[in-house]
Order: sequence, then structure tokens, then C-alpha cells
Amino acid sequence: MTVSTTPRDYSLIGRDTRLAEENGLAAAQWYQCPIPRKELKELMKRSDGPALRDTAIWFATLFLSGLGGYYFWGTWWAVPFFAVYGILYGSASDSRWHECSHGTAFKTRWMNDVVYHIACFMILREPTVWRWSHTRHHTDTIIVGRDPEIAVPRPPDILGILLNLFALKSSYVAMKKLLLHATGRLNEEEKTYIPEMERAKVYWIARLYLAIFAAVAIWCFAIGSILPAMFIGLPTLYGAPFVVIFGLTQHAGLDEDVLDHRLNSRTVYMNPIYRFLYLNMNYHVEHHMFPMVPYHALPKLHAAIKADCPKPYNGLWEAYAEIIPTLLRQVREPGYFVERQLPDPNKAVPHNHGTQFVSVVPAE
Amino acid sequence: MTTTTATQWIEACAADDIDEEDVIRFDHDGRTYAIYRSPDDEYYATDGLCTHEQIHLADGLVMDHIIECPKHNGRFDYRTGQAKGAPVCVNLKTYPVRIDGDKVLLGLA
Ligand code: FES
Repeated sequence: MTVSTTPRDYSLIGRDTRLAEENGLAAAQWYQCPIPRKELKELMKRSDGPALRDTAIWFATLFLSGLGGYYFWGTWWAVPFFAVYGILYGSASDSRWHECSHGTAFKTRWMNDVVYHIACFMILREPTVWRWSHTRHHTDTIIVGRDPEIAVPRPPDILGILLNLFALKSSYVAMKKLLLHATGRLNEEEKTYIPEMERAKVYWIARLYLAIFAAVAIWCFAIGSILPAMFIGLPTLYGAPFVVIFGLTQHAGLDEDVLDHRLNSRTVYMNPIYRFLYLNMNYHVEHHMFPMVPYHALPKLHAAIKADCPKPYNGLWEAYAEIIPTLLRQVREPGYFVERQLPDPNKAVPHNHGTQFVSVVPAE
Repeated sequence: MTTTTATQWIEACAADDIDEEDVIRFDHDGRTYAIYRSPDDEYYATDGLCTHEQIHLADGLVMDHIIECPKHNGRFDYRTGQAKGAPVCVNLKTYPVRIDGDKVLLGLA
């Protein structure tokens, strides 16, 4: 029998929002792997050292690759330098805004805030908007109708994903929002998660971003070269591939509407360079379950809870061997998802398997 | 904070039940509280649930005089209840605490 499904409503103000609330999926209690308080406290401990080191390496490599790009500008030798600069600017900024938004990267608050604002600008994510959307993402991870950060709604938009390898779709959406915010307005969905008292900040930062982009554009016109934009603005696009390559591993193709991060998130083993770029966000189950644990302690947290988690993926290849066919299948079959195997299925939180709200009807 | 003669002192825990620079949960009469022991060995108490969403602060992290919520890392000064910025915007209610021998007593109106 062929079946057709009623598409899910991923907006934050639609049918599935109401259903999520009615079904107790909004701001719900989530499963946590057991871990002694003393051990968790040790893992949660903050320090400035690791993030100062990683930020110094980040800025130094940005500077050196930028210098190389500038020096060799006009020759093919500039390409590898700008490739490195772009990845550090457009991709590495993703994990930096993220860690600093949690306030866990550094112990010192203002250091988190400074790096947060720099990284947000680099990846074109408005700091106030994303702070609040990410808050909701942690409250209602991959709960349809509640989570504003579901990267791959079903059926997946494959073209959009491919365009986002160079941040083309995401930047188009971000620019439209910047223009809206600069005029002192939010869209209806944003109003559901950004409190009144924070909104003025959104508007002023949007104006500041646009002023910076206008200044870079004027500079380019004045000197008749795109070189300034190669340093500020364009690397958000040409340096974006790893935002998608790393980012899709987090939740794509896994279950929806389930109150257990072991079933809707992936932990993927990665090499040290990737882990530097991604600040250990490959330990994504661990991060979601215990967001208080700083990125540099996630490998230890992983070791502490892995016996109670599904088997991690052994590298990006293994993760993508699952993600690509799953997303392609979801284009035709939006109800399909990968079900992660728990070590002890009896300890699973009862869940909806993401299809509870999809009415399955026989096709004519 | 003003306390009146109507304050009822409830035994919450033994002083040693809380490590230095840590917090525990105490439930009483259908309500939940967080009892803190600061690095300078003082005891404090606040409402047990974060004012952002209903999350138990006792699962959070105490750093100096700050309690950080385990859900979205919202921070409060547990001595005053003051919310220290987004995503927490509403202050926590605080309660007086008294040490009697090795017992921690919580003052409830
Ligand atoms: S629930 Fe405490 S900061 Fe959000």
C-alpha cells in the first residue's frame, strides 16, 4: 500500500506547536544518563586556559592565512590561503559562537561575550536572536513546532542543503532578517522566544551589521577590488562548508519529538583538527544532555556516560554513510528516520517516534 | 530581607550535607528550595526552581557566589537572588538561613 502523509508544520506558531504543547513535549523533562554529582561537578568546572589557547591559535591562524592571502592576492597562491582563512572565519566561528553562547568556553564572562560577538558576526548570526533561539533549541531539542533550529525538516530540502555548503540559502534568510530587524521589527516566530526587554538590542545590532557591510562595500567600490570583502563578509560564504559538514551530523535523519538526546543527536568521533575547528561539538549527545559541561571536558563526559548511550559513529564517513541515504529517502518518505539503538531499551523515555502527529492515509 | 516573628525555622539538612561551593535541593510542604554553601563557608537559600523555566537549580554549578542553572546556564547571585542576565530576567526569591549546631535551618514565613 502506498501511503501519503500530512506534512508536519515546523513553524513555531502553527498546528504542531499546539500539538507539542498538548502532548507535554514543550519544556518537558528529558532523559539524563546517571552520573554521580561529584563527577559531574568536576566536569562542569570552568577555566579560561583551554579557550584562551584555542582562541589564540584561531586568531593567529586567521592572521597568518589572511596575511598570505593579502600578499599573494592576484595570483593562484592566494587560493589556499583564503581557503584556510575562510574555513577559520566561516566555519570555525560556528562552534565559537555556540560555546560562548552557553557561557562555558571561558570561565570569565566577558571573554565569552567578546568571542561570542566576533564569532556571531563572522557566521552572520545575530547575537541576541541566536542566543534566544538556541535557548529554545536546548529546551525543546528537535520538537516540531517548538525548536527554531531544526536544520533538516522533513521532507529535506536537498537543494537548500547544497546551497548552504556556501551559506547561500542561510545568508539570504539572515540578510532578510537583518533588514527586518534594522527597521525595528521581529517576525511572528521570533516574538515567541525573544522577550520584550531584549528586542531593542536586536534592532541596534542589526543596524550595526548592515553599517559594517555597507562600509566594506563602499571600500570595495572605492578601490575597485573585492579584496576587503574577501576578509570581511565573503568568508561567511566561501568558508562555510564545514558548518554544514559538521552541523548535519548533529541531528539530521534522527528521530523527532523524543525526550531523549540519545535518540535525536549523534556523537561522532573526529580527528584533532576537526575537533579544534568544531570545539568538540562532535560529542553532541553529551553536550545536549549536560550543557553545563565546557567543550574541553566533553571527551571525559563521553567516557563517563558512553555505556548508557548508543554506539558513537567512527568518523564523518560512517556518519554520512547513514545521513545521505536517510535524507534522500526522507524526500520520498518523510515519516522515515534512523532509530538509534539504546544499550538498555527499558531505560528509554516513552516517545512519539516523530510520526504521532502525521496522519497516514491510503493513497487513492 | 526582612524576617518577621512569624518566621518558621525548618530543619533542612546537616551542615556537612553540602560541600563547600555547592548546592543541594530541599523539598518541604510541596515547595522546592536550593540551599547553598559558599566558598567562605556561609549558607544561603533560594527558591529551588530557575525563574526562566522550571528547572532545579540544585543540579547546577556553584561558582563563588553564583549559581548557574543547568539548562541554559542562566546565572543568579544566590546571596541576593539577583538574575545576572539573559536568559534569566527575573530574580530568585531568597530565604534566611540559620545554623544551629550542625543543622541548617531554613526560615520560612
Ligand atoms: S531554565 Fe534556567 S536558565 Fe533556562
